[in-house]
Amino acid sequence: MKVAIAAIGRRAAAGGILLLALVLPPASAEQRIDPAADQRAFQTYFRQAFPDVALDDFANGPYAVDKDMRKQWEEIMQFPPYDFALEDGKKLFETPFKDGKTYADCFPQKGIGIRQNYPYFDRQTGEVVTLDLAINRCREKNGEKPLPYQVGDMAAIDAYMASTSRGKPFAIEIPDDARALAAYEEGKQFFYERRGQLNFSCASCHVQAAGKRLRGDILAPALGILASFPIYRSDWGSMGTVDRRFISCNEQVRSVAFKPEDELYRDLEYFLSYMSNGVAIAGPGTRP
Amino acid sequence: MSRIIIATPARLAVERRLVLQILGIGSLAAMGLAPGLVPRAQAAEQSLAWPKNAFAQKNETAALDALYEKPIVVPSDKVSLDVPEIAENGAVVPVSVSAALPNVTAIALLIPENPFTLAAYYPIPEGTEPSVSCRLKMAKTSDVVAVVEADGKHYGARKQVKVTLGGCGG
Amino acid sequence: MASTIRVRAVAHGESTEVQSLIQHPMDSGFVKDKDGKLIPPHYIETVTFDWNGKRVFTAFWGPAVSKDPYLKFSFKGGKKGDALKINWSDNEGKSDETTATIL
Repeated sequence: MKVAIAAIGRRAAAGGILLLALVLPPASAEQRIDPAADQRAFQTYFRQAFPDVALDDFANGPYAVDKDMRKQWEEIMQFPPYDFALEDGKKLFETPFKDGKTYADCFPQKGIGIRQNYPYFDRQTGEVVTLDLAINRCREKNGEKPLPYQVGDMAAIDAYMASTSRGKPFAIEIPDDARALAAYEEGKQFFYERRGQLNFSCASCHVQAAGKRLRGDILAPALGILASFPIYRSDWGSMGTVDRRFISCNEQVRSVAFKPEDELYRDLEYFLSYMSNGVAIAGPGTRP
Repeated sequence: MSRIIIATPARLAVERRLVLQILGIGSLAAMGLAPGLVPRAQAAEQSLAWPKNAFAQKNETAALDALYEKPIVVPSDKVSLDVPEIAENGAVVPVSVSAALPNVTAIALLIPENPFTLAAYYPIPEGTEPSVSCRLKMAKTSDVVAVVEADGKHYGARKQVKVTLGGCGG
Repeated sequence: MASTIRVRAVAHGESTEVQSLIQHPMDSGFVKDKDGKLIPPHYIETVTFDWNGKRVFTAFWGPAVSKDPYLKFSFKGGKKGDALKINWSDNEGKSDETTATIL
């Protein structure tokens, strides 16, 4: 344990003692999974680490914590490269399926202004439902083929739906249901678990090294990290969803990535989104 | 095809423009000049051709010579060049140039460390502000050079932009 | 097919500020595809902006201009409701054109 504390580093250790409590596995099956407490500790850590960053600004990742990056971002945001995808997404969202229904018929509030509620835990099916999963379930329900995840039309529809939720804070619910709590816990464990040849966990970069450089890049704090999705990454020259980023990040640490919408990724998205409750949706976004 | 050797290239160009304007001649091709010549006066005309030769050059001097006939570029703080210190991504580097100079007729942006030096060239017609913003690709750490042509003279500014190997690319 | 050109032209007093974003791969010819083959250069060479019969801006671009290229400039003239014609042509001979209304 002492070795682990030393490895984490001073700044992280100071506020991170709180987070250490999250890393230790439950002592017994009876130990309560307490997402609310986790969330408080998580947000406190980042607010203390970046005292000059407003809560909503965490949605902007590296741009919230580095001036030179922010300036480039502001220039690019004058005319964001995701504009084409956003327009495509609106068209796709509004185009009826072969059976005459539209996405609006599948979603609450006709699918407008709801992105901040995803993922949610479906108590009937006992699974975490992300927006992307819901989009494809909607398509299948109406006789359409599911869309490939990560890119293209799926990312475009995400972009449109996210844009209708701009300004609405993440409002993820974890019902008092053992299965929901278990899914949340799985997501949390995934986040803190090391993987891959490089042996990094999500936390290695996005907690311990948040705001610091990984080669030439500035690492985004984990708080609010999903609030700007889907993103147009200059690196990709195209849009990508949360799945695309999870998969590419896992591959970057030389770990074998999971399939898009794998249960673990949905759980991870559930955990990360819940941790960011209160951070306003800012998607679609741009990134380096 | 002959050139009046007595005058400096800059003065020659100004005089040529005045002559053209007075004569009301549409293009230099009409005057029977060889197509290889890239006269600065063309900036005053409507029908401009993509400067193929300039875009094919692989160093700063050659690119500028192809555009401006061996210009003498004077560094000037009247040319404002806005670029990031460290590019967030070498594929998309926001660059803004503006010149606090009268009678600007062209702005060129060059990236000496790129495979082809000339990145963009903007002939500025009268009535258009001598200011442009765009996004450029940089192969590696390099200066970004802006060369502004005003009243036949050339003014420059340069700033280095660091292009690093990203850690988060995938 | 939707236009590849997005424009925001806003009149401020005596001038008009124009921002445009054009959907185009701007392939430099130096990038390889998944099979290791070079993707041939495919980039916009010329973009022109016309207002009231006047050429108010010309951009000559090479392959070093970023994908989905952006441009911002200002010209004297233009008022709300006026038309601004934009045209681009690339090294493969392709082109697109649109007319935007100045806001």
